[in-house]
Amino acid sequence: MSTESPPPGDVTTDHPDWETVQRSPEFQALRTRLRRFVFPLTGAFLVWYLLYVVLASYAPGFMAIKIGGSNITVGLIFGLLQFVSTFAITTWYVKFADRKFDPHAEAIRREIETGEIER
Amino acid sequence: MILAQATGVEGSSPILNISIFAIFVIITLAIVIRVSRKASSGAKDFYTAGGGFSGPQNGIAISGDYLSAASFLGIAGAIALYGYDGFLYSIGFLVAWLVALLLVAELLRNTGKYTMGDVLAFRMRQRPVRAAAATSTLAVSFFYLLAQMAGAGGLVALLLDIKSKTGQSIVIAVVGALMIAYVLIGGMRGTTWVQIIKAVLLIVGAGVMTLWVLSLVGFNLSGLMGDAVSHVGSVGEKLLSPGAQYGKNGTTRLDFISLGLALVLGTAGLPHILMRFYTVPTAKEARRSVVWAIWLIGIFYLFTLVLGYGAGALVGPDTIKKAPGGANSAAPLLAYELGGTVLLGLIAAVAFATILAVVAGLTITASASFAHDIYVNVIKRGQVQDEKNTEVKVARRTAVVIGIVAILGGILANGQNIAFLVALAFAVAASANLPTILYSLFWKRFTTQGALWSIYGGLAITLVLIVFSPVVSGKPVDAATGKSPSMLQGVDFHWFPLDNPGLVSIPASFLLGFLGTVLSKDKADKKKYAEMEVRSLTGAGAEKSVLDH
Repeated sequence: MSTESPPPGDVTTDHPDWETVQRSPEFQALRTRLRRFVFPLTGAFLVWYLLYVVLASYAPGFMAIKIGGSNITVGLIFGLLQFVSTFAITTWYVKFADRKFDPHAEAIRREIETGEIER
Repeated sequence: MILAQATGVEGSSPILNISIFAIFVIITLAIVIRVSRKASSGAKDFYTAGGGFSGPQNGIAISGDYLSAASFLGIAGAIALYGYDGFLYSIGFLVAWLVALLLVAELLRNTGKYTMGDVLAFRMRQRPVRAAAATSTLAVSFFYLLAQMAGAGGLVALLLDIKSKTGQSIVIAVVGALMIAYVLIGGMRGTTWVQIIKAVLLIVGAGVMTLWVLSLVGFNLSGLMGDAVSHVGSVGEKLLSPGAQYGKNGTTRLDFISLGLALVLGTAGLPHILMRFYTVPTAKEARRSVVWAIWLIGIFYLFTLVLGYGAGALVGPDTIKKAPGGANSAAPLLAYELGGTVLLGLIAAVAFATILAVVAGLTITASASFAHDIYVNVIKRGQVQDEKNTEVKVARRTAVVIGIVAILGGILANGQNIAFLVALAFAVAASANLPTILYSLFWKRFTTQGALWSIYGGLAITLVLIVFSPVVSGKPVDAATGKSPSMLQGVDFHWFPLDNPGLVSIPASFLLGFLGTVLSKDKADKKKYAEMEVRSLTGAGAEKSVLDH
C-alpha cells in the first residue's frame, strides 16, 4: 500500500478481490464472531437503559423508595448502576476485541496485503 | 442553554474572570501556533491532524469536544433544581457512548477518510449521498453551534457582568473570532490541543469542587442529599425521586422517554464526534479513544451529580432560581460558596474555554464536510487539480464563513429561548445520521435510495415536528414570569404534543431507510459492499497515519 491510499470509492487496479475474501470461511467466521458479540450486547444495554427511563417516567413511587433510612433512593441506585454497567461493558468489549477479535482480523489483513488469500 | 439578562453573580469579579480567561486564550493560542508549525499543508493534516494522535490523547479531546457548557452548567443546575430528572441527561449522554464503541467507531475509522460522508457514500452513488450527508452534517453543526454561541452571550451576562446587549454582542464576536483563529491557524491539530487542555481543566476543576463538597459533609452522599432536600425549594422531597420536571402527566412522561431515546442514539451520529475517530492511526486506537472518553465522561458526570446536590445543599434552590441565569448559575454559585471570588473566576474561565473548544470542533467539522463532500465530490465531481491546496483553501474559507454566520446567529439568538437547539441537534443526529450509518455498515441490501430517504426523511421529520411542537409555540404563559416558555410569544400553531421529536422521528427514519431500499429499482453494489465489509472489519486498505511511514 502506498501511504496515500486511494480515497474510498476509487477503483484501483491492484486491489484484492474483496468478494473472494468476503466469501472465505475465515472472514465469515470473523464477521459472525463480531456480530454475535456486539448485537446482543447492544440490545441488552439498550433494554436496560430504557427500563431505567420507563421506570423513572411511569413508576416514580418505586424509584423514590429510600433505602435503609438514608436519603439514597432506588432511582439513584438504578442510575448509578447504569454507570457501573457502562464501565463494565466497555471493559468487557475491550477484552473481547483485544483477545478474540484483533488477532483474527490482523491475520486476514496480512493475507490480503500479501495477496495470499487469492491463491 | 439559556441564561437570563441580569446582573452578574454576586461576588463575581469581572476583571479577575476576564484575566483568567485571557491567560487561557494566550496559552492555548501559543500552543496552537507551535503545533501548527509541525503540520504539513495538505487536507489530511488540516482535517485529521494526519491521523497522528494517540488513543488516549484523542479520548481526552473527545471528552473536551463532548462536554459542552450545557453539560457542565446545565446538568449541575438541573440536578440542583430538579434533582433526579437532571440525572437522566448525564446517564443518556454516557450510555450513548456504548453505541459508538460497539457499532460505529472502529468500522468508521477503517472505511472513511475525513468525513461522515466518506462512510455513507462508500458503496452508494457518490454525489447524491455525499450531498445528503453534508446537508445533515451542516444542519446538526449549525444547531449545535448556534446554541453554544447564544449560550456564550448569556454566560457573559452571568460571569462578566456585562449587561448591555452591545457589550454581549462584542463578546460573542470575540469568541467567534478566536474560534476562527484556532481553526485557521491550527486546523484539526490545533483544535484538538485546545480540546485536550480544556478537558483537563474542566475535569480537574469539577473534581476539586466535588472533593471539596464531599469533605464538607464528611464524604456522606446521603447526608448531602438530605441537606439539599432540607433547603426545601419548590420541589423539596421530589429532589430525590423522578418526576419533578417530567412527571406531571401522560404527555410529559412520553416526552421524557422521547428525550431519553434521542440522547442515547444521538451521540454516535454527531458529525463532530465521528470526525474525531479519523485523527488516530488505527481502528484499535479509535477503540482506545472511546474507552478513555467513556471513563472521563462518566467520571465527570458523577462529579456533576455531587455538584448539583452540593449546590442544592450549600447554596439552596431558591437562591439559584433568583440568580441571573437560574439553573445555569448553580455551579458558579457553588464555586463562590466554596472558594470565593478566585474559584468562581477559575470556573468561569473554564466555562468559557468549554464553549470555545466545542465551537472550534464544530466549525472544523462543518468546513471539512462542505469542502470535502460538497465542493470536491459534488461540485467538482472528485476532479480537483492540486487537491492538496484547493481543498484546504475551500475548507479555510468555509470556516471563516461559518464563523461569521455563527457570530451573527449567536448575536440574534442571544436572550432567545434556544435551549432546545442542543436537543434538536441530538434528535437530527439520531434520526438522520445514525440509521443511515448502521444500515451502511451492517445491511447488505441497503441502497442509495434508502440512504437518501433515511437522511432527508429523518432531517425533514425532525425539523417539522420541532417547528410544530410546544417548544416553538403554544406553551401556556407562566404566571411568575408573564411569558410563555415557548420560543415564540403570543402565537400557537403547535399540533405535535411532545417537546422532543425522537420517539417518532427515530423509528420513522429507520423505516424510511428500509422502505427506500426495498422499493428501489437499483440493487445494492455487491462488490462495493464486499470491499466495505472486509475493510471495515479487518482494517485492510484503511487510511494510514502520515506518521507511521
